[in-house]
Amino acid sequence: MSITQYLGLPFAQHALAAAALVALACGLIGPFVITRGMAFAVHGTSELAFTGAAAGLLVADNAIAGALVGAVVVGGLIGALGVRERERDSSIGVILAAGMGLGVLLLGFYHGFATEATNILFGDIFGVSSGQLLLLGVIALAVTVTMAVIYRPLLFASVDPEVAVARGVPVRLLGIVFLFILAFTVTEAAQVVGTLLVLSLAITPAAAAHRLANSPLVVAILSVVFALVAADGGLLASFESTSVKPSVFVVAISFGIYVVARLAGPWCKNARRGAGAPGGGAAGGVGATGGGEPPGGGSAPTGAAA
Amino acid sequence: MAEPRPAIRLDHVAVAYGERRIWESLDLSVAAGEFVAVLGPNGAGKTTLLKVVLGLERPASGTVEVEGRAPRRGSKRIGYIPQQRAFDPDLPMRGRDLVRFGLDGHRPGMLLTGRREVRRRVDGVIAAVGASAFAGAPVGRLSGGEQQRLRIAQALLGDPSILLCDEPLLSLDVAHQRIITALIDQRRRQAGTTVVFVTHDINPVLPYVDRVLYLVGGRFAVGTPAEILTGERLSALYGTEVDVVRAGGRLVVVSPDEHELGGADDGHHPPACGSPDWEGG
Repeated sequence: MSITQYLGLPFAQHALAAAALVALACGLIGPFVITRGMAFAVHGTSELAFTGAAAGLLVADNAIAGALVGAVVVGGLIGALGVRERERDSSIGVILAAGMGLGVLLLGFYHGFATEATNILFGDIFGVSSGQLLLLGVIALAVTVTMAVIYRPLLFASVDPEVAVARGVPVRLLGIVFLFILAFTVTEAAQVVGTLLVLSLAITPAAAAHRLANSPLVVAILSVVFALVAADGGLLASFESTSVKPSVFVVAISFGIYVVARLAGPWCKNARRGAGAPGGGAAGGVGATGGGEPPGGGSAPTGAAA
Repeated sequence: MAEPRPAIRLDHVAVAYGERRIWESLDLSVAAGEFVAVLGPNGAGKTTLLKVVLGLERPASGTVEVEGRAPRRGSKRIGYIPQQRAFDPDLPMRGRDLVRFGLDGHRPGMLLTGRREVRRRVDGVIAAVGASAFAGAPVGRLSGGEQQRLRIAQALLGDPSILLCDEPLLSLDVAHQRIITALIDQRRRQAGTTVVFVTHDINPVLPYVDRVLYLVGGRFAVGTPAEILTGERLSALYGTEVDVVRAGGRLVVVSPDEHELGGADDGHHPPACGSPDWEGG
């Protein structure tokens, strides 16, 4: 069958729509994942989607429902145990290890097809029923709307927490809300690309966008566009192949975009900076060479070297 | 005639973190347009004072008024200038984006609303602090002095009547300390803005300061620099012998056994009113 024939089929349309919504959510959270240093939280929650799926299969014969309930539990656990940033990664490591062990145990008790649970490791958007697709779509939409509402204060809280607190931004509350948004988004993305490959939608597009732009708005737009291209492009490409899973194409496109961004990045960012700043010590007069400042003051030489 | 209403008034304010009491009873009245420097060793509660005024810290007892009302979180009347900090050089955030947070960073939404009007106002404050040349560069690549100029623009964007400054000169060289303090004072003179300036070093702000609040281990003294920064007053405050000496045009607080002076919980910091010129190196 050709791509156009596939596009006439409801299951293909549903899959493309679900992938687009998931990509939109991933593209929006990605820049925050990088700025807040939460890559490991993404990895941890995505792998624990496997445990949730196994529990869901065992209890209700529903892997996706299990994974989504699991996301709430994991978000709450990370929030409760890893309040302080320095503790967060080790807390996630602890929860991840315990959770994966539990997942293997649960899978041992399950007497149906274990492929249902292993599907979530590598992703199988076409194996999802239309009812479940609808559920995924609704949640992705809710995540997107929430992100659109909290976007600016969350950005403020992420890059400039001290002043954000002084301005009355509920920094801690936003951090916890974001944790749950992340858990839901990641669990959803796991349906498309699999838990092992979630980073390809939740981080790679945003990382590519970071390489290309200086403005938070442009980074957000690029991150969403890259995630959409990778997710739906990957699905479309998979229609041409019977043996390769869609997630492989998604990852390949996502990684390809990153490599291009990485190569084009120094050129893009330097061009922009040249227009905006005269560089170095042009602090607007009064002997301001900046040379006498202690380290950490900025003007890092890395930019010039890139 | 009634006295004009103070911008900030603290009356018998006590603040405690759990068991630890920061102050028992602090009284302070800051007039509108006044420049007050807050000095004292680490742990004396200088930053806590700002938090109380911002409405982030609730006093255990006493009353606090900001322009005649109880402090309110996120009040538009107050601008806040923090100390300089290191941003990731690759953070996709331009100087002007940081400034813009001062206008609507706390409001829900994306970044798209009211762009032209926002741009006009942001450009206006950036020009006012002389930061137009570098406001388009990523914040992580700006020098400390450039960053602090933008911090002033950020705080002024909300057109505040009170500026709270928490060590904004820390880790700046002397030339930039002068520029930043002059900009803050300029705002005070032009708009009658009240300034409360927390600092470990009085010298850069000494030309502008009306009064000093000196906090030490739960005790305090308020008055003009000439009244407070004397060996006699500070010895009484610290409860041990302290000298204030003039050295090279700078005021320096010295003590025979400075390790005992640093405050109850933080004995490693001498109560330096003026620190040696480490910035030069």
